[in-house]
Amino acid sequence: MDDNALLVVTELSAGYERPVVGPVSFSVRRGEIITVRGPNGSGKSTLLNALAGGARTFSGTVRRQPGVRISHQQQAALPLNSVPLSGRELLALTGADARGLPEWIGPLVGKRLDRLSGGQLQFMQVWACLKAPVDVVLLDEPTNNVDPPGVAHLRQEIAAMQPTHAILVISHDYAFLDGISTRTLSLGS
Amino acid sequence: MNLSDILDPMFRWPLVTGVIFAALLPILGMYLRLREEWLAALALAQVAAAGSLGSAILGLPPQAGALACACTAAACKGWIAKTGNNGYALLMISGWAAAILMLANVPIAEHLGHALFDGQLYFTGVTHVAFGAAFLLVVAAVMPWLSRKLLLERMFPDFFRASGLSARRFHLIFDLLIAAGLALATASIGVMGAFGLVFVPSMIAYRIGPSWRGALWVATGISLLAYAAAFVLAFVTDQPFGPILVFVLAGFAVFGYVAQGVFRQTAPALPGR
Repeated sequence: MDDNALLVVTELSAGYERPVVGPVSFSVRRGEIITVRGPNGSGKSTLLNALAGGARTFSGTVRRQPGVRISHQQQAALPLNSVPLSGRELLALTGADARGLPEWIGPLVGKRLDRLSGGQLQFMQVWACLKAPVDVVLLDEPTNNVDPPGVAHLRQEIAAMQPTHAILVISHDYAFLDGISTRTLSLGS
Repeated sequence: MNLSDILDPMFRWPLVTGVIFAALLPILGMYLRLREEWLAALALAQVAAAGSLGSAILGLPPQAGALACACTAAACKGWIAKTGNNGYALLMISGWAAAILMLANVPIAEHLGHALFDGQLYFTGVTHVAFGAAFLLVVAAVMPWLSRKLLLERMFPDFFRASGLSARRFHLIFDLLIAAGLALATASIGVMGAFGLVFVPSMIAYRIGPSWRGALWVATGISLLAYAAAFVLAFVTDQPFGPILVFVLAGFAVFGYVAQGVFRQTAPALPGR
């Protein structure tokens, strides 16, 4: 076992009613930005869910270093359903720091989330997970609906967080992490 | 009755009892709505009413039976919730049927039954205030701690799972809080009055609240205003308090819809939409 790893995944087979992904083995260390790639249906989102404890483990193990904190931005939109939550309150829930938000969204943190555009809401959701006080960040298609300036800002933030965090990212936007990804984890169909 | 009679010392306890529940119930309603479980509130209120009557028949304080029945129902909520709203609906009609049968067959239950279903706030006394004040202290101590957990679990359920924590514990605490609140409120302001204070102010606040914290203030403000108006109206017209409160709350709800429509027509669009 890799003693310095934050997560060690060994022969993991995970899914819901039946296995969707695996068996797969890898470890995650601080300082890594790991791109998770694979065709549709290969189980990328299920793998992140399994790391966060939200999917069923059929075989194998996910070992975490004691005290490791994980945040997980799911691909699905926030379940707002007219909940009158503001952006500032959303960030406070995860303990995310609002400092560093780009100028185009900073003034909107006081607004209700259900009054933001799809792209603004997605950015806020990603930011709440990315900037939470955690060790491992799991991002599932973080650039969906986000304009190019927002994508560039996220890329810049992820790069800046590299020394202190481990970040796993699923993205069909292959250019998003070009040059800053330290490793690619490929899943078969 | 003359309006000046409202200042009579005998109406002070009812006034204070109502203020306590008018301040607390909409806050609990906000979190119930967050979990999309407002039907559970009506079911618990009906069960609490049946518990109150059963308690009175046995010679015990009504609040004891209301608390016991509502908390038992809340503790079994995990099992009930598996049936979705069907379970709550069954609980609601069963609670109502049990209460009406007790009312019809046991003379001692008749007076209390009318109070529970009419919402006769004016007959409440120091015991009701004492229970209400104790509940106020519990809510003031627990909700600031519980609020973030309930919101976080709703928005980012994986934060709990990923930390190896279970949200079930926090939900159970909230369920018991709701059950206790509705049981005590039902024994003071009646079934529909209590449900109205849970349901209507939070409904309006969800529509017009500027943020979660802002919506909590909006819900509490609407509730206290509606309560004050209903207290005076019911007193002056010599009508049962519960139905008057419900009518006033319904009026606020209609006003809320109209106000939101006006706001939407006049508000400038956000950039980027």
